Parts: sequence; structure tokens; C-alpha cells
Amino acid sequence: MEERKIRVLVAKPGLDGHDRGAKVIASALRDAGMEVIYTGLHQTPEMIVSAAIQEDVDVVAMSILSGAHMTLFPRVRELLEQEGVDHVLITGGGIIPEEDIAELQKQGVGRLFGPGTTTSAAVEYIREWFAEHGRDREIVES
Amino acid sequence: MSIAERDHPPAELLEQIKATTRELEALRQALDAWYERYDGTPKRDALFTSVSGAEVEPLYTPLDRPGVAPEEAAFYNRQVGLPGEFPFTRGPYTTMYRTRLWTKRQFAGFGTAEETNLRYKFLLERGQTGLSVAFDFPTLMGYDSDHPRSLGEVGKCGVAISSLDDMETLFDGIPLNEVSVSMTINGPAIILFAFYVVAAEKQGVSPDRIRGTVQNDILKEYQAQHAWVYPPEPALRLIIDMFQWCAEHAPKYNPISISGYHIREAGATAAQELAYTLRNGFEYVERGIARGLDVDDFAPRLSFFWDIHNDFFEEVAKLRAGRRIWAKRMREVYGATNPESWRLRTHSQTAGVTLTAQQPENNIVRVAYQALAAVLGGTQSLHTNSMDETLALPTEKAVQIALRTQQILAFETGVPNTIDPLAGSYYVEALTDRLEEEAEEIFTQVERLGGVVPGIEMGYFQREIARSAQRQQQEVESSDRVIVGVNGFTVEGEELEIPLLRVTEQTEDRQRARMAAMRRRRDEADVSRTLEALRTAARDGNNVLPPLLDAVRAYATLYEIRHAMEEIFGAYREPVFF
Repeated sequence: MEERKIRVLVAKPGLDGHDRGAKVIASALRDAGMEVIYTGLHQTPEMIVSAAIQEDVDVVAMSILSGAHMTLFPRVRELLEQEGVDHVLITGGGIIPEEDIAELQKQGVGRLFGPGTTTSAAVEYIREWFAEHGRDREIVES
Repeated sequence: MSIAERDHPPAELLEQIKATTRELEALRQALDAWYERYDGTPKRDALFTSVSGAEVEPLYTPLDRPGVAPEEAAFYNRQVGLPGEFPFTRGPYTTMYRTRLWTKRQFAGFGTAEETNLRYKFLLERGQTGLSVAFDFPTLMGYDSDHPRSLGEVGKCGVAISSLDDMETLFDGIPLNEVSVSMTINGPAIILFAFYVVAAEKQGVSPDRIRGTVQNDILKEYQAQHAWVYPPEPALRLIIDMFQWCAEHAPKYNPISISGYHIREAGATAAQELAYTLRNGFEYVERGIARGLDVDDFAPRLSFFWDIHNDFFEEVAKLRAGRRIWAKRMREVYGATNPESWRLRTHSQTAGVTLTAQQPENNIVRVAYQALAAVLGGTQSLHTNSMDETLALPTEKAVQIALRTQQILAFETGVPNTIDPLAGSYYVEALTDRLEEEAEEIFTQVERLGGVVPGIEMGYFQREIARSAQRQQQEVESSDRVIVGVNGFTVEGEELEIPLLRVTEQTEDRQRARMAAMRRRRDEADVSRTLEALRTAARDGNNVLPPLLDAVRAYATLYEIRHAMEEIFGAYREPVFF
């Protein structure tokens, strides 16, 4: 018996086209054995939430370098809540000032990673979160 | 040893000596002619002596060495040459910084047009010599500030410009016949350019008097930066419309800045940046020729934009190799006969991607080294990044330090006193040759894929860039490559000690209010009529600029114009992969 794979939606919300980080993290999560779905660019919060539900993911990881994080993170969280999805970790990274990170975490967003973070730190964080909060109903035989 | 063998070497040697003499003689003559041009060109008012008071020559060549090795003069004549002369390895102009220092051009923009207007005046007062507009994401994508897709993004990463009204405010009190302005905009470039032309017109400045550059390089958007609007074919057509219109009406304006910057920032290597950018440049040239334009009518106004990364000598060599490749191609493949068409002129910016959020003050030092590389590479203008840009948009203090970095380089280091001082360095010349060879190999690969557009459609560039980015990330994570403050020389529990600029949410409200007021003032019938004329030109394949300028004069907004053309051209959908 082995734990099922963690499913992660890597998303680029808003109009920001900087996808270097999103692609690097998507590759790293995949290399770490997770199932990764990458949305592509210019996604609205609605598109991201619908993809998260359709793909039945455990984690939504968003990369935002545009300064629009105070609008986009809360919006995705609200929409997930409205859809009755309460088992999904919202995490991400980008150019996000410390005080904004603190505020977003108060609103229920998970850890947010800044420039200079290693991909292994993100992998470890997601694994730990999953070990503690992940749904185990879909354990599959390996 | 037989007689024949004994006789043979002297004959060969004699031939070699003759050849060397010929090459040396050719160099002497070329240098004499160069000095004539040099003497005939005005110089800036400066000492051109070292700090110790010693005279500095404008140019040093192999003739300054005690004895030139056989082949060295030949190599020099063929590959290196003199500044301002084919193949331009040593610089696009004869006198380079002896006549004019590079333009100090800081990229700036945030919030509303009023706020950015104040920042521009601040920069001009502190000795900046050109302006460079950073637009917010909605503007970059062709959305108005009051469009639903703009929510939360208005004025965040640049200034919000949704109509002529905003553009007029942006340059209020800044004479557009005096200041050259660069605009970083691509997908909807032609629309923002039209705003600019009409804003100048309102100041009484006709298009033939505007100087500046619009980035307008859509190919690298598909490859790296991702602020596109239309699919490649109509997007390329709009670019050629601009080449054509500018050649006729705005001869001092650069209708494109063919950019490696974003390709490099997205993860490319120096050779990939060099090759993809130049190959994109060739594509624009071929499209212009296919339209029936004479290459010498538009090629002189093509300009370039390089990213200056950490590897000092590689960056210097990249600028040198770029000029040489471009010159050869323009002359030998595209048949350009005007030397202005061979000359690669470039803007440079220090590499944002090299800045660290950890110990951000260290970024001042990184930027200074990169700026030095740009100047030793012979750039025509330069943006130096501010130390706080991995954290937020820069504060005035941080921008001032970045600008001062250029001024120290220009006025204290003595570096601009002599032209291309690294020429003849074994390392730099070898690197320059290597980069040229690598670029040629990449051109061959792109040809094999059928060209740039098929390469984009099959994700070739995007995949190669992502692969390089991943490799670099792995090198940093394994600590094979040391980044000071990130994986080496770190400080535990570091506290951020620099202030950060914040763009408030009120910006969005203010911008929406501005737009509402503008919409109330304009004549809606005029807007519809001019937009219809624009659609017709787009459909019929006529140059869209004349009707587009009319729509701008009627205060049609960015999104309205974008949308009118989208009805004809369709929208771009990216192929998604990682």
C-alpha cells in the first residue's frame, strides 16, 4: 500500500505573464512525484476554481508577480468556499510583501513563498500539509 | 633535408610576411581614415585624461602593440574592425561615448497618469536624459482600467493608460519635441503609439519631430513575456503597418525594439537570448521586405534591447557579437546598402532576475557590475534596476541610487574615455566568436523547424527557455552556483531594513472615475464612426494607422480599439505545457 499521489493545480491568475516561477515549480512538484496540472496564463479566479473542482485537486498553488495578490488570493478562496470546497490548500508565491502575507494567512491562505525560495521548501511544505490534512479516502493499491 | 624542403619554407615565410604587411598596411590606412572621421565629429566637453592626468587615446588597436603577430592583424581586420564600421564589433558609432554618453533611461510607471507624471518630473530634474514608460498589466494586455479583467491590477505594476486622455496627463508639462520616450508595450503597441502621436499633436508637436521607441516586439511575447493580443500573422501585419507609417511620417522614431530582455529573464542562456532575438529581428526584416518596403527605408530605425546578466565578460561579448551578426546578415543576406541598416543600436537593462530579496542592499553592487558590462559592451542607453525591485516597485531613494550608479560610471570611472577597451582581450574575443557560432547554430535549428512562427506554435522557444530556467534553478538549489545571500553568506533571521513603495487600492477607484468622466465628455457617434473605419481598414488589408489615429482623436479607449480589431483578427491562445 502506498499513499495516493498529491494532486496540485499550478495556476497563473490575472494578467501577469511571468511564468518562469510557475513552470519551474510545476516541474519540481512533478519531479517530486505529485500530479501537476498547469492552467496556463491569464486565468480568472473563476477559471481556476472550476479547474480545481474538475481536476479534484488537493492543492491550488498560484504564482502572482503583478501586485494583484490582495485581490486574487481572497477571490479564489471565496469562490472555493462558495462551491463548498473546504479540503483544498491555497498556497503560492511571487512578489508579495511580508505584511500582505500575514494578512492573507489570517484569511485562510496557506504559506506564500517569496523570491529565493528553493523548490524543495515548497515540496516539503505541501507534503507536510497533505500528511496532516489531506483526504485519505482515495488510497490506491500500488 | 632535401633542397626542395629547404627552399620551400623561406618562400612560404616570405608570403606570410607579405600578407602580414598587407594586413598591417590595410589596418594603418583604415585607422587613418577612421581618425579623419573621428576628428570631424564633435566631442562632448570632457577631459579624456585619467585621474592621474595621463592622456587617454580614443581608440587602441593591434598597432599599439610592440609587434603584431602574423594573423593577428588579419583577424582584427576581418572580425573586429573599427568603431562605426562594418562589422561594428567595436561599436555602432565612430566616436561612441567621446561624443555622447549613453542615455540614462529609467523605466518607470505606477498608479495613475498623474502620479507617474510626477515621478517623470522627479527623474528629469535629477539628470535622467530620457523617459521610459512602464504600463500596468491591464494596459499591457489591452484592457481598460474599468474592464472586469483589470480588477485588482490597475496601476500595480506600471501606469494605467486607457485612452488619449490618460496619455495627455502622463506627459503634461513634458515637451515631447525635447524628451525621447520609450514605451514598453507589445500586444496593443500600435494603439499606445497612436495615443502618443496624438498626445504630441495636442502639444503642437508633429510626428516628424517625435523621438523615442515603442517596444512592439510581438514574437518574443509568444516566446517569453506573454503579453499578447492577436495571433502571430495579424500581429506581424500591424508591426509592418507601423514600420511603413513611421518611415513616412515619424522618421526619428523607432517603431520597434527587438528585445532579448524578456527571453533572458524567462530563463534563456546568453546564446539563446542573442540568437532568438536576432532571429526575431530577421523575421521582421523579411516581413517588411515581403510587404514591398525597401529594406533601407525601415531597417535604420530597428532598435534592440539586451538583458545584462551577471556573467561579466559573457555579457560584453554578447553585445559585440550581436552587432557583428546583425551587420553581416543585413548586408549579405538582405542586401541592405545603407550602413545605417547594418548598425545595431541597443538599449540595455540590468537583469531583474539576478536581484535577490535577501540582503537587498547587495543588489546595488550587482547592478553596478552589470551596468559596467553594458557600457563596456557599447550600449546606447541603459536602465539600472533599483535594489528593492524583487520586493515591490522602487522607491524614489532606490531609483536615485540606481541612477547615481550610472552617473558614477559615466563621470568617475574613466571607462567611457576610450572606445571598446576590451577589444583584443584573448578571452573577450574568443567569447565573442563563440557566441556568434552558437547563435548561427541556433539559427539553423530554427530554420529546420520552418522559421520563428512555426517554432512558437510548436512551443520550441518556450520549451528551450523553460529547460534552461530549470537547469539554473537546480544549480542554485544544489549550491553548485553560489548566489550571495541566497545559498551562501546568508544571514539568519534577516530583517528588511529598506522602505517599500505601496500602490493603494484607491488608484483603481480614481482611474475608474477618470474614465467615467472622459466617457461623458466624448462624442459617442464619433467613436462608433471611427471604430467602424478602423474595422474596415483591418478587414481590407489597408494600413490601420490612419483610421486608428482618428479613433484615438475621438477618445475611443484602448479596449474599444483592441476589440474592434479583434473582431477581424481573432485572439491568441497559447499552447500550454511546462
